[in-house]
Amino acid sequence: MTGKNIKVLIAKPGLDGHDRGAKVIARGLKEAGMEVVYTGLRQTPAQIVRAALQEDVDVIGLSILSGAHQELFPVIMDELEEAGLEDILVLAGGTIPDSDHQELKEIGIKEIFKPGTPIKEIVEFIEKELAE
Amino acid sequence: MRKSWQNKMKITAEQVFAGEEKVIARAISLIENERQQVFPLLKELYSRSELAYLLGVTGPPGSGKSTLVAKIVSGWVREGNKVAVIAIDPTSEFSGGALLGDRIRMDDISTNKDVFIRSMATRGYLGGLNPAIFDTVVVLSAAGYKKIVIETVGVGQNEIDIVSLADTTLVVTVPEAGDEVQAFKAGLMEAGDIFVLNKADHPEVNKMELVLKQMLRLGNTAGEQAENRWEVPIVKTIATTEKGIAELNKTIAEHQEFLTEKGENQKAPGKIISNHLIHLLEESLKRKYLDPLKESPAFAKLLQEIAAKKTDPYSAMEELMANFKERLG
Amino acid sequence: MDELRDYYQEWLEEELKPTVDNFGSRKKEFKTASDIELEALYTPLDIDDLDYLSELNFPGQYPYTRGVYATMYRSRLWTMRQYAGFGTAKETNQRYRYLLEQGQTGLSVAFDLPTQIGYDSDQPLARGEVGRVGVAIDTLKDMETLFDKIPLDKVSTSMTINAPAAVLLAMYVAVAEKQGVDRSKLAGTVQNDILKEYIARGTYIFPPEPSLKLVTDIFEFCSQELPRWNSISISGYHIREAGSDAIQELAFTLGNGIEYVESALERGLNIDDFAPRLSFFFNAQMNFFEEIAKFRAARRLWAEIMRERFGAKKDKSCMLRFHTQTAGAALTAQQPENNIIRVAYQALAAALGGTQSLHTNSFDEALGLPTEKSVKIALRTQQILAEETGVADVIDPLGGSYLIESMTDTLVEEARDYLEEIDKLGGMAEAIEAGFVQREIQETAYEMQKDIDNQEQIVVGVNKYQEEEEEEIEDILKVDPELEQSQKESLQRVRVNRDATKVEKHLTKLREAAEKEENLMYPILAAVKDYVSIGEICGVLRDIFGEYEARHF
Repeated sequence: MTGKNIKVLIAKPGLDGHDRGAKVIARGLKEAGMEVVYTGLRQTPAQIVRAALQEDVDVIGLSILSGAHQELFPVIMDELEEAGLEDILVLAGGTIPDSDHQELKEIGIKEIFKPGTPIKEIVEFIEKELAE
Repeated sequence: MRKSWQNKMKITAEQVFAGEEKVIARAISLIENERQQVFPLLKELYSRSELAYLLGVTGPPGSGKSTLVAKIVSGWVREGNKVAVIAIDPTSEFSGGALLGDRIRMDDISTNKDVFIRSMATRGYLGGLNPAIFDTVVVLSAAGYKKIVIETVGVGQNEIDIVSLADTTLVVTVPEAGDEVQAFKAGLMEAGDIFVLNKADHPEVNKMELVLKQMLRLGNTAGEQAENRWEVPIVKTIATTEKGIAELNKTIAEHQEFLTEKGENQKAPGKIISNHLIHLLEESLKRKYLDPLKESPAFAKLLQEIAAKKTDPYSAMEELMANFKERLG
Repeated sequence: MDELRDYYQEWLEEELKPTVDNFGSRKKEFKTASDIELEALYTPLDIDDLDYLSELNFPGQYPYTRGVYATMYRSRLWTMRQYAGFGTAKETNQRYRYLLEQGQTGLSVAFDLPTQIGYDSDQPLARGEVGRVGVAIDTLKDMETLFDKIPLDKVSTSMTINAPAAVLLAMYVAVAEKQGVDRSKLAGTVQNDILKEYIARGTYIFPPEPSLKLVTDIFEFCSQELPRWNSISISGYHIREAGSDAIQELAFTLGNGIEYVESALERGLNIDDFAPRLSFFFNAQMNFFEEIAKFRAARRLWAEIMRERFGAKKDKSCMLRFHTQTAGAALTAQQPENNIIRVAYQALAAALGGTQSLHTNSFDEALGLPTEKSVKIALRTQQILAEETGVADVIDPLGGSYLIESMTDTLVEEARDYLEEIDKLGGMAEAIEAGFVQREIQETAYEMQKDIDNQEQIVVGVNKYQEEEEEEIEDILKVDPELEQSQKESLQRVRVNRDATKVEKHLTKLREAAEKEENLMYPILAAVKDYVSIGEICGVLRDIFGEYEARHF
C-alpha cells in the first residue's frame, strides 16, 4: 500500500472511554504504511491542536461516542485555524447522527465515517484527498 | 490538499531561532522527508548555535518511562527551561507504518507552552539509528530548547544506540521486570548513567535493587580511576505520585555537572558527532550510489552472471568496490 | 456408543461427504465468533463423557449450569431493566416516576461522563458532556431531586458507576436516610467494577491499587450495612464491546471476579459474608448458540471457582446471577431498523441462557441517544419474547442439546485455559498492568474488523445487501444545550448555600482517612450529607492516589 510518509493524529475528544474504533483505525492506518500518533482518551481541543501542530500531521481523525461533537468539534476547528493549521485534513467517526453531518462538514470536517466503514475505504479516502 | 510544505515550504535559520512551533514542526518534517533540501538549513543552524543537553530515557514496555519523562520535564520547566521531548517508536518492517503512542502519558505537559513534544518513527534505518533524530536535536537546540529528552521503548540494541546519543542516559525499570532485566544486554548496563527503579512501592523492589546493584558492579570493573568515575546510582521512584522525582532530578543535574567538570574523560561529544557523521555518510552513499546501482542494467547483468555461475557474489562485490573507488577518487 | 460411532462414521462418509462434494460448502470453514470450529452435526457422541449431576445438575443446584433458581421464569420472569438517564436530575426523575407508574419496579441509572469520572459540571473537562449520556450529579442535592417522591424501600436501583461508586452509593444511602428509609431495606446494585474500566470502558480515575481498595471498601460497607445490596456487578459486557470474543469475555470477567474476591479476603472479610452479593453483567451478541452456551458455562465455572478455589460454603456464594444487555457493537448505523431484529435474537439468547435481568438496546443507538419510540420498541421486544413465544415456560429448554452441551463444555475449558494463563501472570490486576488483557482484546477486535472488511463475516446492510441511498433517520433525541449552563448554576447555588467550614473539615478528614488507608465509605458518607461535591471528593483522592494514565499497547 501507499500510505508512506502520511502522518495521522488519531484523537479522542470528550470523556467517553470507547476507544475500540480509534484503536482499530490506528492499527489499520499503520498497516497501510502511515505513521499514526495516538493520543489516548479524554483529550481537550487544546491538547489535540497542540499535538497536531507539534507533530505536523497531514490528517486528524477525531473519534467521539459521547455525543459532545457539536460542542467540541467547532472549538477544535477554530483553534486549528488560529494555529494556522487549516490545511490539515480533518475526519471524524463514532456516534454522530446523520442529521449533524452537514453542520460538521460546513465547519471544515471533510468526511464523517459511520461505524462499520471498512478501513480500506478510509485509507483510500485519505490517499485520494492528499494526492489532490 | 497535501500540506503546503510539501510543495513550497522554505524555512530560514532566523525563523527557527525565533522558535515558532509551527516552523520547528515543519522543519522536522523536512528532516524526515526531504533530507537533501534541509541540509543547508542544518549547516547554518549547527554553526550558529550550541547543542542542548540531551537526556536519553529507555526501559522495557510498561516501566512507566513516559510518565517519568513527564515529571522530569515538569521539574525542568518549573526551573524556567524550555524543554523538548523526542519520543521514538519502531517502524513496522512489514508495512512501513508506525504507531506513535508516547504522547498518551504526557498529558500533563502536552499543553505547556515551554514544552515541545515530537513523536518519530525509526523508519527502519540500518543499525537502528535514524540520522533524522540527531538533525532534529540540531533544530530544537537552535530553537532555544536547552534540554531535550530522547525517549525509546524497549531494551534492544536499537534503543541502546538511540539513547547513547545522549549526554546522560537513564535506564528505567520496574520491580516486576525481573526476567527482562536479567536479560539486559551488557550494552545497556554500560550505556546507563542512572538507573531508575520505578513503581518502588512494589513488594519486590528490594530484591530488584540488589539484582541491579550486582549487575552494575559486574559491569563496572573496567579499570578507570575511582575519582574520575561516575558511580552509577539507582534512584527509586513512584512516578504516578511523584515520589523520588525530586531526587531523580537532582541526580540528573549532578550527572550534568559531572560531565561539564570532567567531561572529556567521560562521554566524548566527539563520539556522538563521529557516529552521526558516519550515519550521514552511509545515508548519502546509499542514496547516491547503492540505490541507483540496484536499478542499473549493469547490476541486473551481474546478478544474471552470478546465477549462471559465470561469477560469484564475492568477486562481483570486489569489482563494484573497485568501481566505487574510482568514482570516489 | 460404539455402535452409534460406527453408524455416525458411515453417515459421514456415505451421506454427508458425497453430498458436500456434489453441492459444495457454503463456507470454507464453519466456526463460532470465538473461532470454535463447528461440526456439521452433533450427536450423543459429542457429550458421551458428560456427567449430568456433577456438570449440569438441576436448576438451583451446584454447579447451577441449568440455572441458579429452581423455578427460573416459571415463578417470575426476568427483570426488564432498561438503562436510562439523561439531562438533569429533574427530567430523569420525571421519566423514572412515569416508568414506575407503568409497573416497573427496577430503576437503572445512567450517569453522565463527568459524574463517572469524578468531575463537577463546572470543571473544564466536563465541557459539552454535562447531562449527555446520562444524568448529571454534582452534590446530594441532585440525588435528592433524582429520587424525589420515589420510595427507596420499594424500588431496586442499579447504578452504572465505577471509579466514584463510593460517592454515589453514599449519596443514595443519604437520600434514603432523609426519606426515613432504613439502610437494611435498600435494594440495588452499584457496578463498582473498576478493572474492566482499565480494560475496556475507560472511565477510570485512580491507579489500580487504590481503586481496588475502594472496591473492597464498598464490599465491606455493604456486608455490614446493606444486606440487600449487590456490592458489584462484574461486567463482561464492556469487554465484549471493546472487541473481545465470547471466550475472552468469560475468562476476563471471571478473572476480574477472582481478583475482587482475593482483595476482599486480604481485607479479612469472610467469603460467605460478601460472595452472595456479587453479581455479574454479560453481553448478548449475534452468534446465537455460542452465546447461550456462554451463559451456562459462566455459571458452571463461577460455582467451581467459588467452591473449589475459595472454599465458599453457602450455596448463594456459588450462584452466578447476571444481568444481560444486548450488544451495542452489533448495532449498525446502516439500515438501522434491522437492529430491531438483531436485538430480538440477542434477547432470545439471553433468555435461553437464563439471565436474571435484561436490557434490550434501541435500534437507533449507533446514531445517537434513543428516542422514546425506539426505547418502547426495545422494551416491547422483551415483552413479546416473554409473553408470546413460550420460551419462559420451560427451564433451560436447550439443556441436553448435543450442540449446546458440547459447546458449553468447550467454552468452560477454553476459559479455564485463559484463567490459568492469567494466574501465571499474577492475576488480573497484574495482567492488565502488563497490557496482556488489552492486547488480547485489541488483537481480536482487529481480526474481527478484517473479517468484516473481507466479507468473511457478514453484516447485513454493511458489507452485504447495502443500499445506495441510506434513508436518514431524522428523529434523534437532542440534549438541550442550555442544560449545561443551568446545571452549573444550580451547583453554584449549592456551593453558596452550604456550610463552607464543614466542607473543609470533611475534606481534611477524608484526606486523613485516605492516607491512613481507612474504609473511605464512612468519611465520604459524612461529606456528601453536607453537600460536598463529587468533584471535591474525587479531587482530594486524586491528590493522594494519583491518576491512572493509560498506555497504548
